[in-house]
Amino acid sequence: MSSKRDSKAAHIRHIMQTEGEAVGTNTRGFNDGRYESVAKLEDYEALKDEARAIKADAIERLPDLIDELTQTVEENGGTVYIAEDAADANEYIAEVCTETEADRLVKSKSMTSEEIEVNDHLEREGVDVVETDLGEWVLQLADEAPSHIVAPAIHKSREGIADLFNAQFNPDAELETAEELTTFAREQLGELIQGADVGMTGANFITADSGTMALVTSEGNARKTVVVPETQIAVAGVEKIVPSVEDLQPFIELIGRSGTGQDITSYISLLTPPVGSPTVDFDDPDTPVAVGDDDREFHLVLIDNGRMAMREDEDLRETLYCIRCSACSNTCANFQSVGGHAFGGETYSGGIATGWEAGVHGMDAAAEFNDLCTGCSRCVEACPVGIDIPWINTVVRDRINAGTDAKLEFLVDGLTPDSETSGPGVQKRLFGNFELLAKVGSTFAPLSNWVANAGPVSRVLEGAAGVAHDRDLPEFQRPTFREWFEDRDRGPPVDPDRTVVLYPDLYTNYMMVERGTAAVAALEALGVEVVVPSVPGAGRAPLSQGMIDTARSKAERVVETLGPYVEDGHDVVVIEPSDLAMFRGDYERLLPQDSYEPLAENSYEILEYVYGLLANGADTDGLNLADGETVAYHSHCQQRTMGLEEYSIAVLDACGYDVTTSDVECCGMAGSFGYKEQYYELAMDVGSNLEAQLREANCDHVIASGTSCTDQIGDLLGEEPSHVIELLAPNGETQ
Amino acid sequence: MSNKHVDLHGQFATQARSYGVGLTEASPGEVAAAIASAVEPPAVGTPLPWDDVELPDGVETDPTPADIEGATTGVTAASLAIADYGSIVLTMDDAGSEPVSLFEDLHVAVLREADIVPDMQAAFEWFGEQFRETRGSAIVATGPSATADMGALVQGAHGPEHVEVIVVR
Repeated sequence: MSSKRDSKAAHIRHIMQTEGEAVGTNTRGFNDGRYESVAKLEDYEALKDEARAIKADAIERLPDLIDELTQTVEENGGTVYIAEDAADANEYIAEVCTETEADRLVKSKSMTSEEIEVNDHLEREGVDVVETDLGEWVLQLADEAPSHIVAPAIHKSREGIADLFNAQFNPDAELETAEELTTFAREQLGELIQGADVGMTGANFITADSGTMALVTSEGNARKTVVVPETQIAVAGVEKIVPSVEDLQPFIELIGRSGTGQDITSYISLLTPPVGSPTVDFDDPDTPVAVGDDDREFHLVLIDNGRMAMREDEDLRETLYCIRCSACSNTCANFQSVGGHAFGGETYSGGIATGWEAGVHGMDAAAEFNDLCTGCSRCVEACPVGIDIPWINTVVRDRINAGTDAKLEFLVDGLTPDSETSGPGVQKRLFGNFELLAKVGSTFAPLSNWVANAGPVSRVLEGAAGVAHDRDLPEFQRPTFREWFEDRDRGPPVDPDRTVVLYPDLYTNYMMVERGTAAVAALEALGVEVVVPSVPGAGRAPLSQGMIDTARSKAERVVETLGPYVEDGHDVVVIEPSDLAMFRGDYERLLPQDSYEPLAENSYEILEYVYGLLANGADTDGLNLADGETVAYHSHCQQRTMGLEEYSIAVLDACGYDVTTSDVECCGMAGSFGYKEQYYELAMDVGSNLEAQLREANCDHVIASGTSCTDQIGDLLGEEPSHVIELLAPNGETQ
Repeated sequence: MSNKHVDLHGQFATQARSYGVGLTEASPGEVAAAIASAVEPPAVGTPLPWDDVELPDGVETDPTPADIEGATTGVTAASLAIADYGSIVLTMDDAGSEPVSLFEDLHVAVLREADIVPDMQAAFEWFGEQFRETRGSAIVATGPSATADMGALVQGAHGPEHVEVIVVR
């Protein structure tokens, strides 16, 4: 186990050193561009909803759409071949090449063709295959795999490409600038396209009503690939079918914005093959093209390769909504540091890749990188079709756990009272059963803190369970938050306006007691009576490790405990954003609707609640007001996805603070991720962006909302930030 | 001329310019001269599908592959334009508009002002009717061809480096 973690850490370190800079610059550029571009849309959310609805409907009636499309393409004069798997598709494509006596096939960029590895197959059959997308061509020359689903050579620098071209082609004058490289590639590829016999494209979308395929491109190589040769082959997954031409509109408006941050790419080819343009036969240079041969052939190869089974799989099904825009890659903090060569499987990369790899290549392919999704959820709002990508990652993690060898797990068996019948592995079970660790740790605090962080024990934890030795482990506190609350002398406010339940999340209860006491003080200062009942952990820790059964049993117990309060009309206030995200989001997956909904609808993040109280007339006088003190605020990833960052900022602003916010997507700690030995360096690399922003802001206070962010910022800056509520709570009233 | 047209034309022009597209306005009678001053010879083209406008002399309208390879400018009609994206729509035809608009460094597109639609929704309603009826193909082209694959954004990848639109008013 340990050596496997070491080699994973070494692999990630190598990728970060060699490709991290180029990947980081490019993906962050795309991600910033996405925010700017979608902001220009009149109603971005409505457009996303429309796109999602079209996909949901299309996947629902996919078998019928396949039949309709087949009939339409045949009416149009083309051929449809439905390939069961990669081998089936490759054989058919090779046959077409044989029948057309093709020596050379030129391709425009297609991830589906990467998935079936058609290039290798055709090369073995004696067909010269040329990638004409400049990025793909670079990779073909370098014999490397794409590191990004839209910008495949994102990991290569201009200098690296220049070295490659100069070494392979030995041009008269050394190539250096991007312009020189582009011109050179255009000329080389132009000649290769002129002599091509077959053009192969993918398809972003295909409409069943007219047989029109949409190709979203910028270079113009796809247009040349289609118009020059007589024979066109399009390779597309069956999930690319939409009912009608009009259905393309929301996708065309969203795909470029979501991916590379372009409002629209240079060319949207809307092709109804065989296309009604004459071919351009450069071997017959003097016959006008208009009288030339327009006897075109078109083969649509629709690929199943696991997709119809994904459609039947309730948890993987939404993967088929994916339009391969790359938003989930670009917005992902881990992906920004490593790119698709670490955060990717055999073909696909980024957050949604777990679904694709599990579906088309199998669990082993997904298991290679699935851990890199931390569940931060930033991709969910970035996804133009709203796929719950973290959930797909969680489900696949759970299934991978089921296949894990359980024999080493006796080590943590005593500490792990989980419901897992399968084997998540020592490390996952240790972090997944955080609740018991916290209880035991707190009971024996401070002794347990000294022991856990002492050299020998820390080393044993690293060796056996992969807990990064460089991290200080969380310090458990006594008394716990609940113990403090029960024992305190102060009574509730006289004649309170209302009574709320403050949820004692595990982190607040056992480790960050001050934010709990501050929340109580602030709420009481605003005229609210607070009760803090004994409630179990929300299940975030086991869920993040793919231990779904354990998370579900936690969820059931939380609802059992909090349900009666909600029924009595009390609101539930939550300090830890990742737990609120459980109540509002994940519980929908874990619980029946009637037990999920009441809690989801009546739970609030603490600053969201304070904002509401102030908006309803409560007075800020009871809070710790400032006169222009500056604060640097890092919101929590899931808090931002829930749209709650703005409440913290508004309340700080109302209380007289001058707020600067970070715009990094995630702190890098992401629950237990940054504690794991094999991911420690990656987590710190991700964190370095946040560190730079916080240092540059140079404010009087650094504050954060989440436990992970607090730990991470503490490690980055050498001093732990406070929670927002600690800054705002009335002075002297906290513990 | 309605205000709506003025707005659409203005919006289209602003958006198209933001992608580096050059724009010229011309009355039907001035189109040939406007094209002539926009092209860099040698030029190839495909016949314009409207009765009241003509291509200037010097544009080869029945090009061979050799002409296409040797030319610097390609002149074609645009069937439609989308105001809020600054896009033009190039319909494929049997005269070879697709290669003519694609292979040259400079693409000169001739667009009738009345064919500017406000948005993608209007454009796709048009595409839906067209494609179901004719089973035709078209390109929505926005600005010149471009790539960022060589380490920086470069205009003029496989397709034209410059685009000029002549708007017939």
